[in-house]
Amino acid sequence: MTKTAARPPAEAIAVHPVQAPPPAGGRGRRRLADQVRAYGFLLGGLICFALFSWYPAIRAVVIAFQKYTPGSSPEWVGTANFTRVLHDPEFTAAWRNTLTFTLLALLIGFAIPFLLALVLNELRHAKAFFRVVVYLPVMIPPVVSALLWKWFYDPGAGLANEALRFSHLPTSNWSNGADTALISLVIVATWANMGGTVLIYLAALQSIPGELYEAAELDGAGLLQRIRHVTIPQTRFVILMLMLLQIIATMQVFTEPFVITGGGPENATVTVLYLIYKYAFLYNDFGGACALSVMLLVLLGAFSALYLRLTRSGEDDA
Amino acid sequence: MSTRTLVSPATLARPRGRAVYWTVFTGVVVLFAIAFLFPVYWMVTGAMKSPDEVAKTPPTLVPEQWHLSGYSDAWDLMQLPRHLWNTVVQATGAWLFQLVFCTAAAYALSRLKPAFGKVILGGILATLMVPAQALVVPKYLTVADLPLIHTSLLNDPLAIWLPAVANAFNLYLLKRFFDQIPRDVLEAAEIDGAGKLRTLWSIVLPMSRPVLGVVSIFALVAVWQDFLWPLMVFSDTGKQPISVALVQLSQNIQLTVLIAAMVIASIPMVALFLVFQRHIIAGISAGSTKG
Repeated sequence: MTKTAARPPAEAIAVHPVQAPPPAGGRGRRRLADQVRAYGFLLGGLICFALFSWYPAIRAVVIAFQKYTPGSSPEWVGTANFTRVLHDPEFTAAWRNTLTFTLLALLIGFAIPFLLALVLNELRHAKAFFRVVVYLPVMIPPVVSALLWKWFYDPGAGLANEALRFSHLPTSNWSNGADTALISLVIVATWANMGGTVLIYLAALQSIPGELYEAAELDGAGLLQRIRHVTIPQTRFVILMLMLLQIIATMQVFTEPFVITGGGPENATVTVLYLIYKYAFLYNDFGGACALSVMLLVLLGAFSALYLRLTRSGEDDA
Repeated sequence: MSTRTLVSPATLARPRGRAVYWTVFTGVVVLFAIAFLFPVYWMVTGAMKSPDEVAKTPPTLVPEQWHLSGYSDAWDLMQLPRHLWNTVVQATGAWLFQLVFCTAAAYALSRLKPAFGKVILGGILATLMVPAQALVVPKYLTVADLPLIHTSLLNDPLAIWLPAVANAFNLYLLKRFFDQIPRDVLEAAEIDGAGKLRTLWSIVLPMSRPVLGVVSIFALVAVWQDFLWPLMVFSDTGKQPISVALVQLSQNIQLTVLIAAMVIASIPMVALFLVFQRHIIAGISAGSTKG
């Protein structure tokens, strides 16, 4: 179920033995012409990857050890950028916020979609409706979701406090309070992004063979036991995968703090990417920005490597 | 429908089971309406309230009077036509560049056996491990002063179009699809005298419609939704896409006008989604777990 239906099976290729076309004329010249043609097709993509992926990756590391001002020639400064960044009080705040954000997003943005998918998978009516509605926020531009929630969190006529008052609960400062700001942003991010997670879980749940549930039920397993012993083990791979993807995505959070809180109050929502942006565009300190980028890169690279390794081994199993 | 899930059909058929089912069903419908549809309703109607009404506590559920001036003011005051047009140009260009260059490169890597093809593919896949956002600053410096030719792409749509091509995910998706095309189909074309370009154009691409659709949607949505990168490269207000313009203008504009602009900015992607929902949902369900 998790494969694209349009793909022909891989065996189709192997069944037909391939006959190499008879070499005509000079074999070497022909091969050279083939190579020129192949690189002709590759060229555009190759240049773009070189310029906008490979070169910047190398450059991040280089500039991290330089004093860099656009327009003038860079100076080598050793590890000065790193020490400066490490001593910035915002640095600790940014990492603490980013890690807290990631953890909270994992707890909230992970449990809710899973439970929701579990329930949705049991419903036999209005299936298409649920799938469209849950994915709707994902299609709303992130900037619009952020501005929308900034309005909801407004201390005056904001809907969030209105809902609390309506239910006779004490009102909250939401994104304007130092201790509630981060969790308020997690709610926005979860609302905006959970649609994709729910859909992927649903696909995974649908691929669980019904006989497993039947057998478990015959063995006397109750609902919770079936979830524990059938559903979770059967979707373990997808769960792990989405967890890692979510960690990678939430550690790069920028739009929500930038739009809703501007990093405040009292640096409560400054994230690492936000700090990188500030170093580059407010302090004009590109060396510091690149030093921060390298740190983020190393950490995220480790997670990504783990993700790729897992997807690879998962494919081998399939 | 036919395969059984967590709860057995027999349980659901019992009166108690049926009662629980419909209770849960209603609960989920209400939850979805409140969590996902109501915010959208609130946005669309909020823009139609008068500035006084929108600031009122407790708020009104339905506008006392329906004003369309919020929408028309947003359209004129915030210069939405220009920013929407900028976004369309940036998204369409990025899509076309990706279709042409990613498809060609994927075809070459899949079928033309270039020397060092494995190394190049490895280099491309390695960029999947490097999350894009972590490299925005050096990428910005590169775009601001391209190596060798020393040209700046800042405030130019090319700053969106060219980096969009360096999309390892889409390229890999295409390559894997091309890998699955039976070899004898391509050989038959070659025997008939078709060149590589001709084979790509009239055999490979028509067979690849599903994957091209997925790549197209990914490409368009990615540019339309992006914020940090266009914020960096378009300092000229007149060149900014709608996402950047919204945030820049949100500070000093009336709330109803801003909300109206937010609704207008959301319409194109929501419309695209509603039209292609089947394909998009199927693509996410099928594609994302196996990238």
